[in-house]
Amino acid sequence: MSIALEPIPLDAPVRGRSLWQDAWARLKRNKAAVGSAAILLVMALASIVGPWLWPHPYDRVYPQYVRMPASLEPYPREERVLPELEQTLKRGRVDVIAVEMTDSGVRAEIASERGIDPRITRYVARNDLFSNPRIAGTSADGKSAVIEADVARLRFIAGTDANGRDLFARILIAIRISLTIGLLATFVALLIGVAYGATAGFLGGRVDNVMMRVVDILYSLPFIFFVILLVVFFGRNFVLMFIAVGAIEWLDMARIVRGQTLSLKRREFVQAAEALGVSNRAIVLRHIIPNTLGPVAVYMTLLVPKVILLESFLSFLGLGVQEPLTSLGVLIAEGARNIQGARWLLLYPSVALALILFALNFIGDGLRDALDPKER
Amino acid sequence: MSGDPILSVRDLHVRFALASGEVHAVRGVDLDVQAGETVAIVGESGSGKSQTAMAAMGLLASNGKAAGRILYRGEDLLKLGPRRLDRIRGDRITMIFQEPMTSLDPLYRIGRQIAEPMIHHRGLGARAARARAIELLRLVRMPHPERRIDAYPHELSGGQRQRVMIAMALANDPDILIADEPTTALDVTIQAQILELLKDLQARLGMAIVFITHDLGIVRRFADRVCVMRAGEVVETGRVEPIFADPKAAYTKMLLAAEPTGRKNPVPPGAPILLEARNLAVSFHIPAGWFGRSAFELKAVDRVTLALRQGQTIGIVGESGSGKSTLGRALLRLMESEGTIRFEGRDLRSIDLRRNPEIRRELQIVFQDPYGSLSPRLTVGQIVTEGLLVHEPGLSRAERDRRAIAALEEVRLDPAMRDRYPHEFSGGQRQRIAIARTMILKPRVVVLDEPTSALDRSVQKEIVDLLRELQRVHDLSYLFISHDLAVVRALADDVIVMRNGRVVEHGPADDIFEHPRDGYTRALLSAAFGGWAGGEEPEMRSDVSTAMDL
Repeated sequence: MSIALEPIPLDAPVRGRSLWQDAWARLKRNKAAVGSAAILLVMALASIVGPWLWPHPYDRVYPQYVRMPASLEPYPREERVLPELEQTLKRGRVDVIAVEMTDSGVRAEIASERGIDPRITRYVARNDLFSNPRIAGTSADGKSAVIEADVARLRFIAGTDANGRDLFARILIAIRISLTIGLLATFVALLIGVAYGATAGFLGGRVDNVMMRVVDILYSLPFIFFVILLVVFFGRNFVLMFIAVGAIEWLDMARIVRGQTLSLKRREFVQAAEALGVSNRAIVLRHIIPNTLGPVAVYMTLLVPKVILLESFLSFLGLGVQEPLTSLGVLIAEGARNIQGARWLLLYPSVALALILFALNFIGDGLRDALDPKER
Repeated sequence: MSGDPILSVRDLHVRFALASGEVHAVRGVDLDVQAGETVAIVGESGSGKSQTAMAAMGLLASNGKAAGRILYRGEDLLKLGPRRLDRIRGDRITMIFQEPMTSLDPLYRIGRQIAEPMIHHRGLGARAARARAIELLRLVRMPHPERRIDAYPHELSGGQRQRVMIAMALANDPDILIADEPTTALDVTIQAQILELLKDLQARLGMAIVFITHDLGIVRRFADRVCVMRAGEVVETGRVEPIFADPKAAYTKMLLAAEPTGRKNPVPPGAPILLEARNLAVSFHIPAGWFGRSAFELKAVDRVTLALRQGQTIGIVGESGSGKSTLGRALLRLMESEGTIRFEGRDLRSIDLRRNPEIRRELQIVFQDPYGSLSPRLTVGQIVTEGLLVHEPGLSRAERDRRAIAALEEVRLDPAMRDRYPHEFSGGQRQRIAIARTMILKPRVVVLDEPTSALDRSVQKEIVDLLRELQRVHDLSYLFISHDLAVVRALADDVIVMRNGRVVEHGPADDIFEHPRDGYTRALLSAAFGGWAGGEEPEMRSDVSTAMDL
């Protein structure tokens, strides 16, 4: 059946570059987007692995370290430990000749006219600050001795909160929760929104009208009212957050996808598929949805920060995640309450949130430029 | 027409920095324009003809760089700062563009848009500028200029918008008017009017015109000198008559010979009728507006009757809005219609083609725009075999691949390209892909909806040859929809001329081209073949202008 005279020669590689590969190449040249992606990746990894590796669990309360400012120096401080040790020892009626810090704890030289009673260590053990007190050496006459004890020295690089929990551990867990909510809610919104919007746009006419009016009605529900209703009925629940946020955010997605579909539907390649006899379902799946994915991908990266902010807002109002679990919104709300005496409680969670939002927005921007065919 | 040229381009290079490297779009062009003459720059798409003009106007895209010299009365435009350049462009040198639909700002009344260059360059007051705008609209023969001046662009037809563009370009009595394909987007009869208007204005105002076009017919009728460009270089330049009579460069010869030639072999008289339509009508219901606009019916196709025999080609000719595309789609049941359509004697209107894919596959269509009709996210192989997924779902992947190779070979594309994406192909190659997608189903009736209109002449010729070859081998029946009469003549047995949804004239192609009976057909023919194919131009002039509804 072939009537080929001679195939038109075209010296080019056989494997083509899809639009996505092109976009990826363009995205890689965008320094802000690549940098943001790296930052985001580091933060995500830290939030996943960090809480296991970090010495402080996020829900551990250190009652003696409430509202400690952020510092690289470990707690307790030397100027607190040494007087404490002196006083403790003095209660055992010994003379303290010298106290000093060692690598793992403290060391004191003591003397007593009546001789050193080894039970002196019990006085030390009674103090929470010290553990494992022992007599390291006694002089020949038994009147002076060296006593050693371990001191648990804790670093709180981001300080502690009003309950004495390590803020850095809490920030790590908060990033994990916020990113999870952001991604999952976005995914929910994506699934519902794309399916709904593409269907409405492609079928058009009365179906489209009814479907989009439903969207309008849902739009008019006040979000906070909706969330409070859910909380009242189902109690506070982590999963509920996804449902609430996803159930609101798919509306925008549906509108975007519907708009795209309406313009794609009139493109000739869709008409060509119709002329080939391709079913509506296959047209939507094969021709419409893949072509809407450019704007959808951009909207997604911008939706994630939006959802994180929404969750923060809900948590700020006290409708979000429950203690001891936390999210960036909860942390910021606490920080705001403590702004007078403990600014670090506001500062570090805010920096974390801002970094995430910046990174996501830059990636979204980069994606939009990369996927824009006019840039080619 | 001698003396110093007012515009001379010397060794102009234009380069574009792209992600994939540098594109050298214009490579050392030399060009002179004398005062008052018309120079045509001719070339196919990608020849750098538009970029040459854009460089002169300082309108290159942001990633473009021009090198060389462009001298306007001794002043190098490429070295001028934006301030000085603005004093020349839009004032001494003006430009009109191809797309009259998009080159006017939809938010402003046309009067204001015409007045703007005068207020800007001449410091005219608003009232004086308005008076001058009306005068200009009268000059470009806009009907009712006093009323039209307050119209918005969307209220005007394509031809009228192009007149407004010309009026804007003429506002400051320029020395040079650069016209970048000003008639390409217009119907042939409107095209003829605009060209006539430009010629007349040139005679009265004495400006030089640089006319950029791909249409050699226009060059011959319109220009004094011609400059043929290919791949960024000037291939040949000189006065029009000698070049047309005796082209030196092989490329010019090829361009001149690119007019589709040959005739289709006639259908044997006993060929069975495949597709038949009787009193076919399509109407669009325009709903009532909110403010008293009453509902009405727009008859896009009005009682058309035709019969397509096996192996026959019917050409459907008409200008935009004549209903020819709607007719094609209605015949394939891609659109609701009234009247009867029979395919091999079965009434198509009573059959649901979705339920009867075996009929659907026999009735296929190829679209006009090779850029829009291929899904950008699928590979060529997927595009070509999509129909097989529907009509032969049982085929294995390897078998589909084998068919795709055969189909691509049949349209003379390298089958090794089937894993590439459409955006990597040129317009002509894409149209071949679109044809392969249709032919893989082995249809019997194919509607060709302007398949060659978006292509360069030389590519057009190849596609026409390919279509003729496919028809001969597979005994296909074509319904060939086009506004391009030269292509229709090379392909069709019968011709239907449509206007406003109705058949104006119907008959064998040779009869219609040699002895058109209807006035509209004659106007169409004389506008299309102008002074160089048909010999009927002189007496048709009056008809051209009466056929217009401007």
